[in-house]
Amino acid sequence: MPAPEPASNPARILLLFAHPAYQRSRINHALVEAVRDVDGLTLHDLYECYPDGFIDARREQALLSAHDIVVVQHPLYWFSCPPLLRLWQDTVLTNGFAYGHGGRALAGKRWLSVVSTGGGVFADAHCEPERFAVGEFLRPFEGCADLCGMSWEAPFIVQGGHALDMEALAARATDYRERLLALAAEGNAGTAGGC
Amino acid sequence: MDQGSWLAQACIFLAAAVVSVPLAKRLGLGSVLGYLIAGALIGPHVLGLLGEPEGVMHVAEFGVVIMLFLIGLEIRPSYLWQMRAAILGLGGGQVVVTTLAVAAVALACGLPWQHALAVGMIAAMSSTAIVLQSLRERGLDSSQPGRAAFSVLLFQDIAVIPMLALLPLLATQAVVADAAAPHGHSLIGGLPDWAQALVVLGAVAGIVVAGRYALRPVFRYIASTGLREIFTATALLLVVAVALLMQAVGLSAALGAFVAGVVLADSEFRHELETDIEPFRGLLLGLFFISVGASIDFALLAAQPLLILALVVALIAIKTTVLYVLARLFRDGHADALLLALCLAQGGEFAFVLFAFAESVNVLDAGITGPLVLAVALSMAATPLLFMLAQRLRGKPARKPRPDEKIDNQHPQVIIAGFGRFGQIVGRLLRANGYRSSVLDHSADQIDLVRRAGNQANYGDASRMDLLRAAGAETAQALVIAIDDEARTSEIVESARKHFPQLRILARAYDRRHLYELRKLGADVIERETFAGAVNLGARTLRLLGMRAHQAHRAAQLFSYYDNDLIDRLEPYWGNLEIYRTQLGKQTADVEALMREDAEAFHLGQAQHGWDAAPEAEASSTTGGQMAR
Repeated sequence: MPAPEPASNPARILLLFAHPAYQRSRINHALVEAVRDVDGLTLHDLYECYPDGFIDARREQALLSAHDIVVVQHPLYWFSCPPLLRLWQDTVLTNGFAYGHGGRALAGKRWLSVVSTGGGVFADAHCEPERFAVGEFLRPFEGCADLCGMSWEAPFIVQGGHALDMEALAARATDYRERLLALAAEGNAGTAGGC
Repeated sequence: MDQGSWLAQACIFLAAAVVSVPLAKRLGLGSVLGYLIAGALIGPHVLGLLGEPEGVMHVAEFGVVIMLFLIGLEIRPSYLWQMRAAILGLGGGQVVVTTLAVAAVALACGLPWQHALAVGMIAAMSSTAIVLQSLRERGLDSSQPGRAAFSVLLFQDIAVIPMLALLPLLATQAVVADAAAPHGHSLIGGLPDWAQALVVLGAVAGIVVAGRYALRPVFRYIASTGLREIFTATALLLVVAVALLMQAVGLSAALGAFVAGVVLADSEFRHELETDIEPFRGLLLGLFFISVGASIDFALLAAQPLLILALVVALIAIKTTVLYVLARLFRDGHADALLLALCLAQGGEFAFVLFAFAESVNVLDAGITGPLVLAVALSMAATPLLFMLAQRLRGKPARKPRPDEKIDNQHPQVIIAGFGRFGQIVGRLLRANGYRSSVLDHSADQIDLVRRAGNQANYGDASRMDLLRAAGAETAQALVIAIDDEARTSEIVESARKHFPQLRILARAYDRRHLYELRKLGADVIERETFAGAVNLGARTLRLLGMRAHQAHRAAQLFSYYDNDLIDRLEPYWGNLEIYRTQLGKQTADVEALMREDAEAFHLGQAQHGWDAAPEAEASSTTGGQMAR
């Protein structure tokens, strides 16, 4: 089994990044660039890896096994994730691997959702925050993490990205980096997963 | 001249060039100065190895004609039209103002006004050959001052025509009855003026029309014979014929060749013509520079060193000042204007012709032309030094980055070799996404078809590196080899890798074996030519057999993925047929088993049965398994 046992230091982070139009996303550019060189982080750009939607599930499972923290970064499209990430869930998080009989490969790992919204519906709806809080729409991912035995970290959300000026955006990007560093630092205490 | 002495002369020329040019180049003086020094050394005034430099110069002037033809080839008519302001404004200004300035000085020195004007006109000419060669050698030919210099030179070439008409009128003594045109024999000299003008216009129009409509079919016919040397011969024949025609009607042969070049600049044969004629240009120009060097009369220089020196300095000073001021008026920056002014400060090869002509029509006598011819030759020899001075004064010697990237057909991003059923699809996809590509194909018929569809395409054999270079391989990002010939594809990959290390090479492979070969030769991206089509057809067969469309699609994707994997697995065994065969069977079986497992575990099974169809336990035992790559 090639998936190496996680070392005691520092926690290894898999950044699962899904954005079908990354070339146009100012926000996600800033976020990715801010964390790209974080120690122990593997950037995995799903749309770049699998342009035709064919996912190499074996490789994905090996990647998951080799990391302690799974950061899932994507824009919120129609109150959910882009379709390739959803397909990724179907093909990679299989019964017997992620859940079900013998499916303990992800148990004990941590899941952090990182979500951006450009504006639009959430910008208009901020007057009714309890009805349209972004966090609401992350419930399915929370459920997914739960089913896989992963611990759910409070999501990192960048809202109204279109309205952010460069300075505010840079500040959010720095927040993101610090969040990951903090997460990695407390990782030493956590139980490491594996297959 | 008998054959023996002809060979001896050739031997002297070649030896002088071979010895002195690389030396000059190594010393940072540029090839032009090397040729000039070689010429001076073997010329009649130093070693005396050369019989008759004037005779040689006439042959060598054909190098200038070829150069102008090649320059014409690189200039599309539309581009010429864009440059009209620079040609007429800067070029016209330079000729008129320099003529007047030099004439004023000559007048002050006591020449009659007619003679002064003649000297002024002749001094206004610069040396097309030396300037363009030097600009090109320093990579400045497409810089702003380089283009401005070209505009000025072009105007000067045109200005020679009225000058030839004007010079006889400036004679202060009776004109000798049979004063001939400079290149000898104008066939139309006997006609009245209006008829001469008509014939001249007719000749130019004839070149344009013939270039547009007659030459392409001829070149296409010649190309279809596949005989390269005949293609070269045809190209040379064209240039020689145009030169002769122009001389017959009393025009500058170089100008005619330039027009013929411009007319052919849009044609698909442009690159092939360029690369075929290029070596002649280089050698003949070298010969020309050598003969200029040989014509430097050191005896005269020794007799009147101060006078000659003063003439050279005055010529360079006046021309530099005039052009600098004009360039600044045309809003060039200080550095660009200085480079332009210094590089055009020498006298030109036309000066030799015009001085000889002026002598023959009794405008100037030998006592005046002798020192002037020498001054012009010396100023030409000084040009490389002026270039070095200009670059030093400019600070940065290398070209500056262009301010903004203009859409420029000269620099395609992608070169597509082979534009048949395969290359066309690549090209259309690129074009639909706004990328510029330049196409090379060796079938003249195919090129014709492609150009009718509005594409840029050129005739030529992509396995010739000089042609690839002419098509832009040094600046392009990628070369797509889409030709239908296994062996030639390999050949192109190999030599393109060697000659253009920065170029990304994408190649069409015939089969798996060919793919391995191309990988080894250094291709960056390889596609098997029939693979994608076959997989798609297989998927459609699955649909026809009753499989759901999405399932068939995923099955095809899975198959492609593992087949590419198989290629990697088998690569180490390629080369040894026996081991390869046994491994082929074994690895194929392994991969197919893996494929079936995967289909069940990850893809098709779940697509068919949804989440609830739990795979069997043994499926999960493979899940943590090795990475596919």
